[in-house]
Amino acid sequence: MIPLTWYLLLSAALLCIGIYGVLSRRNAVAILMGIELMLNAVNLNLVAFWRYLSPAVISGQVFAVMVFAVAASEAAVGLALIISIYRRRSTVVAEEIDLMKW
Amino acid sequence: MTLLQLIFLAAAALTLGAAVMVVTTSRLVHAALWLILALAGVAVLFALLDAPFLAIVQVVVYIGAIAILIIFAAMLTRRVMQDSGRQTTRTWWLGLLAALLLFGGLVVLVLQVPGFQAAGGAAPDPQANLIDLGRSLVDVNAFILPFELASVLLLAALIGAMFVARPESRKPPGGKSGTPGGEA
Repeated sequence: MIPLTWYLLLSAALLCIGIYGVLSRRNAVAILMGIELMLNAVNLNLVAFWRYLSPAVISGQVFAVMVFAVAASEAAVGLALIISIYRRRSTVVAEEIDLMKW
Repeated sequence: MTLLQLIFLAAAALTLGAAVMVVTTSRLVHAALWLILALAGVAVLFALLDAPFLAIVQVVVYIGAIAILIIFAAMLTRRVMQDSGRQTTRTWWLGLLAALLLFGGLVVLVLQVPGFQAAGGAAPDPQANLIDLGRSLVDVNAFILPFELASVLLLAALIGAMFVARPESRKPPGGKSGTPGGEA
């Protein structure tokens, strides 16, 4: 049997890789990829907790399904925003999109 | 070390390696392809966790929809950021530091909590489990409200995405519709 700790450590590592991607990439599409990695880490955590701590209660899986739905909407809206910005300003570099920067 | 543990370690190594490539490779399309590999690794882990439905959903929704959407966006915005250009911010080392600090903190935390050493117990029956999941999503006493909210959220997000990404200046239908141009 695989210990629960392994899953938790793996998802912590995945989350931190995603955070590094979000913080360090310049391309907005690459930043979205980092966010997807972080959402996957959270999902893995939720399902691992469901399986090991309360397999009789279905809530853990329902949470994961909700995260799927939210991730899909986030990707659709985020990529639409990126394409719209690219149309208007011809850039997808996050630090050049500074219209609302104080 | 059992076979399951070996499979877990292989899937974990695949996922982590692919994830590292996602955030470090300089070609955006390659990063998207590595992202697909990482998502497939997570699907294997879902299957190991006795959640076959979620593994299928991971393949269908994440790899089939989200990753393809990301590849489309990477290709549509390709010209501006040639693959040779600088891909990381000037303060990328701060991001690395923050990620490493958070990882260290999480590892210490996870190893300290005694309940996390628990063994999983017997595997739930996958068929009964799936029926339970489906029923609870439409049960008035369970998750019907979050379920409907999620569907409304998806609909709103998709309509919003179409609205945001539409071409900027569309000619009125009565105007000079014969001339080309106006497309972005």
